[in-house]
Amino acid sequence: MQATSSIRETLITGGKTVRDVSEDISRQVEGKPSRLWWMAFSISLILLLFGVYCLVTVLWEGIGVWGLNKTVGWAWDITNFVWWVGIGHAGTLISAILLLFRQKWRMSINRAAEAMTIFAVICAATFPLVHMGRLWLGLYWVLPLPNTWGSLWANFNSPLLWDVFAITTYFTVSLVFWYIGLIPDFAVIRDRAVRMGNKTRASVYNALSFGWDGAAKTWMRYESVALILAGLSTPLVLSVHTIVSFDFATSIVPGWHTTIFPPYFVAGAIFSGFAMVLTLLIVTRKVFKLEDYITIYHIELMNIIIIITGSIVGIAYITEFFVAWYGQVPAEYYAFYNRATGPYWWAYWSMMTCNVISPQLFWFKKLRTNIVATFILSIIVNIGMWFERFVIIVTSIHRDYLPSSWSMFYPTMYDVGEYVLTFGFFFTAFFLFAKFFPVINMAEVKSIIKSSSEKKH
Amino acid sequence: MSNTSEKFLVGIFDDEDILLHGVEAIREKGVKIHEVYTPFPVHGLDEALGYKRSRLPIAAFLFGMTGTILALTMQIWMLGYDWPMIIGGKNFVSLPPFIPVTFELTVLLSALGMVGTFFIVSDMKPYKTPRQFDLRSTDDKHVMAVDLASNKLSKDDISRILKENGASEVNEKNF
Repeated sequence: MQATSSIRETLITGGKTVRDVSEDISRQVEGKPSRLWWMAFSISLILLLFGVYCLVTVLWEGIGVWGLNKTVGWAWDITNFVWWVGIGHAGTLISAILLLFRQKWRMSINRAAEAMTIFAVICAATFPLVHMGRLWLGLYWVLPLPNTWGSLWANFNSPLLWDVFAITTYFTVSLVFWYIGLIPDFAVIRDRAVRMGNKTRASVYNALSFGWDGAAKTWMRYESVALILAGLSTPLVLSVHTIVSFDFATSIVPGWHTTIFPPYFVAGAIFSGFAMVLTLLIVTRKVFKLEDYITIYHIELMNIIIIITGSIVGIAYITEFFVAWYGQVPAEYYAFYNRATGPYWWAYWSMMTCNVISPQLFWFKKLRTNIVATFILSIIVNIGMWFERFVIIVTSIHRDYLPSSWSMFYPTMYDVGEYVLTFGFFFTAFFLFAKFFPVINMAEVKSIIKSSSEKKH
Repeated sequence: MSNTSEKFLVGIFDDEDILLHGVEAIREKGVKIHEVYTPFPVHGLDEALGYKRSRLPIAAFLFGMTGTILALTMQIWMLGYDWPMIIGGKNFVSLPPFIPVTFELTVLLSALGMVGTFFIVSDMKPYKTPRQFDLRSTDDKHVMAVDLASNKLSKDDISRILKENGASEVNEKNF
């Protein structure tokens, strides 16, 4: 009577049963956090507090405390904004696009990646919000609300306003998608708590699970919701970084005025997003002993995505240079010449080394299946991606048409402090998530145990 | 216990494939299944139980269309009629710059509307205590509930049919 599926690649090792999945994943929620967790959590919290101090100063004094000047009006803030938004692309990409392509390997990593997405988007949103200076008036500048200051409505022709809509929509839909996925898993923890006699935990997780009962009819609707959310999120993911790139591409600033920005930004976002997923998951699988669920095979597949997107980004850099030369517009030509050989040559060449050369190392199977190499390279990629945004933003505007206004940008403590703030927030939130929420989608992993788990012999 | 107590027979299945075959065979034998509770989505179970396809995609489409219309009317009315502003000498109303916001609001309303509808039709809300036949149904067992009142067959017959068709244990549960 038992039907077995055809041979598939092993996604879950260690001969796990359905029961083991509930046990292994719920354990970290139920137990006391380890000393390692407390240490990591405290460090993030300290970073967060230092960041909050810097943020309060910026809000109190105004953004004059940043290192911006008349020529360079966008620097670390917008660099960090684009960097974080980019990182926030992997989660929904994994859960939406890989769901539509029926890639089962997404199931072990989608939960943590989506959490990362949500926290990264919050970090990203901090920068444009603070950049508005008077945050409390911002609501009227970015939302179409009736007001009595100047122009009556927000300007829908502006890519900056499109960005507001894109990012809030992306955040909301990702949050809903993530939460929908969490609901059945909260019910697992609730029922385990009932059996263990822990009433408080049972009622908290019951509320979180919205009274989930796992009825076949609910599962049918649930699957339908998940599929449509994936279908909606797929163009949404691609739209977000496209619109972020419009912030630059619709301007006439040499170096920004480029039609290849949308696909180039999206590829870069996926590139850096996967790098951050790798950084976090390599640590998470170690700390929570999830090596059987997030296997070397998962890491290898993510590394392959890094080679692909890294190469797309590399080709985009070269294309920009080619077009700057071939187009023969003196201002464009100079912007790119200045990028590679001007006073910010070191930023440009850091970007080229980290983003174009380093991911090519993953062509070697030995390296892409090596955890230490992957961990180091994933961090290098994100350093490179930060420099990419810095190069695009600062080098394009620090020398404009009038040589007398040429200048350099020097960050102050408050520029750095706000970047530290987002790191503090990101890791604090991620550690809290890893402690209180199941880090792997149990229901999905259980559904593939029979077809994709390594059998005990 | 009140008089309205309902009596159920609860069959426990260990494997999703056994469950799928079991559901078909048990329904053929004339047993009315109240509902099946599974720890993960079992493909084909909805068809085996004879459920009709969910109409949530239609809800998603309607909410999405609402978003599209709302976004377009809002932008055209605000910038075209209520307070036209000259921005770079461009037309007051032109479609291309309105597309991003229209797209985002379409997706937003569609997603939120569909998920909201899902919660309402499935009666899901915080502080709802679900009726659970067996706590193992969120762990590793598939749980089939049969309402004795709505079945003509006797309790023993149903219990026998469940066991013959793959249930590893059959329990009674009253609410």
